[in-house]
Amino acid sequence: MAAVAETSTLTTGPGRTNDRDPARTARRGMPLLPAVALLLIFMAGPVIYSIYLAFTNKALRGEGADHTSLVGLTNFTDAFAKADFWNAMWLTLVFTVVSGVIGQNLLGMALALLLRKCAAWVSWLTGTVVIGAWIIPEVVAGYLWYTFLSGDGSLNKVFDWFGLGPQDWLISAPIVAVSFANIWRGTAFSMLTYSAALSQLDPEVEESAAIDGAGPLRRFWSITVPLIRRSIMTNLLLTTLQTLSVFGLIFVMTGGGPGTKSQTLPLYMYQQAFSFGQLGYGTAVALVLLLVGGVAALAYLKVLPKEDLT
Amino acid sequence: MTTDAPALRRTTRRSRPRDTAVKTGSSGILLIVAFLFCIPLVWVILASFDKNASLAVAWPGSPTFDNYRGVLNEKTTYRPIWNSLLLCGGGTILTVVCAALAAYPLSRYRSRATRPFLMTIIFASGLPLTAIMIPVYAMFVQVNLIDSMPAAAVFLAASSLPYAIFLMKNFMDGVPQELEESAWTEGAGMVRTLWSIVLPLMRPGTAVVTMLTFVGMWGNFFVPFMLLLSPDKLPAAVSLFTFSSQYGQVQYGQLAAFSILYSLPVALLYLLLGRRLRDGFVAAGGVKG
Repeated sequence: MAAVAETSTLTTGPGRTNDRDPARTARRGMPLLPAVALLLIFMAGPVIYSIYLAFTNKALRGEGADHTSLVGLTNFTDAFAKADFWNAMWLTLVFTVVSGVIGQNLLGMALALLLRKCAAWVSWLTGTVVIGAWIIPEVVAGYLWYTFLSGDGSLNKVFDWFGLGPQDWLISAPIVAVSFANIWRGTAFSMLTYSAALSQLDPEVEESAAIDGAGPLRRFWSITVPLIRRSIMTNLLLTTLQTLSVFGLIFVMTGGGPGTKSQTLPLYMYQQAFSFGQLGYGTAVALVLLLVGGVAALAYLKVLPKEDLT
Repeated sequence: MTTDAPALRRTTRRSRPRDTAVKTGSSGILLIVAFLFCIPLVWVILASFDKNASLAVAWPGSPTFDNYRGVLNEKTTYRPIWNSLLLCGGGTILTVVCAALAAYPLSRYRSRATRPFLMTIIFASGLPLTAIMIPVYAMFVQVNLIDSMPAAAVFLAASSLPYAIFLMKNFMDGVPQELEESAWTEGAGMVRTLWSIVLPLMRPGTAVVTMLTFVGMWGNFFVPFMLLLSPDKLPAAVSLFTFSSQYGQVQYGQLAAFSILYSLPVALLYLLLGRRLRDGFVAAGGVKG
């Protein structure tokens, strides 16, 4: 994974003497060592280990705990045969698309656009509140939304006030509830990314388009979006991957329930590995989750023209 | 400047009514969004001062500090917050030091390996951390590192390294190289140059990296939840989760008070560095390097 750095042949910069002394190269690569060592042991290591674990019957108790043995593709075929697995897969996709790809990105973009055109104090206030939601710890955010949406919670009080019947969102539509919470929590990231991208734009380009008679929507689609395409793709990728791995928020709000109605892949994986003790099976599910992330990453990279990368 | 002034004034005058309308409209929409974003926060603030707090928002009949008094003891607040400080402080220092060291050669020397390395870093920064927690747990069990705070801190550091290196490198690219050249000719080593010339020049950038790393770790629930077991080693993220079971019957007022105490450090950090946060996102956007 990060092994490239160790064998790196650091050549000299344009303004420097042009020798390729290996000792010098090694010396220059030295500062990378602590980071590379940490990444190899704690990031690449677990990824490789998970590829092994997923093909074993390793368990916390019972047979798999005493004698761990390779079981081939059994974990995967088991998973693909289970309705609970497909339920988790489906909920993960809904959660990721609704709260990450659509919710956080659209709201973040809308906020970034509006922030450019509003009064200074409003920009400060909105920025602070939205970033505040992002910066508070995950578990706290989970409790806030739990109390807000639960049966005796604040939202139902408002509903009562309007003469509407009570609705227990956490029971009737838990995946919608956690999606809303995740939009609330994660929008700041998209807002900051898009604000930064928009602040880099040259205002004259848009102004001249406006003089040529292009309306705001047309200016946005034909000028702004192509110019910040790279930020949009990077942000879509990052929010997708972040949303795929959300665990604490859902765990605190619904615990995956009621039943399995909000059990996304990370919660399913956790339940299988620790409540049922099936480490091998849980790792196989985790590997599928990694694969989904990898496919999403490749899809975004494919859309992005090559010269835009790094 | 003088030649620009009349033209500027003309433009301003011509577009003023439209601009004002746009400004008012945008401000109005944003205020509504800000209001909606505030709603879930209102409960925690009011409930923390309410002796009889329930799940619904209610104005505390007689505001009191009893909830805070109730949680401000060693077991409930001081120890978990101290554990969080040790875990996240240690992890952050390790991350920032390793990231600064790694960013230096990446930013200063060209190499065929730089690009693939950076691509790997970007890819790793998106790696769903949740997906590797079972193998990490299994690994830690085998080498007997479960329930070790230093080990958990090192793992947190490693997991935040990719993004930190990436950000740090982009900030470092913004520091002109000329100043280092003279240090080099005077025989200063790489680490010395980095420490006494480059890092002081990119202090705002380092501050942003430090803050983002710390805030990320402070809020992280899953990693300590998996890797730490003993109640006296748990950081605030996990102790908050076990709050309800500690008391049997949930004391919502105390839960709210503790939530506020636990969120306070990162909120203060943000207020200290808030404006610089934007620099971080500008730098992160400059993937081209």
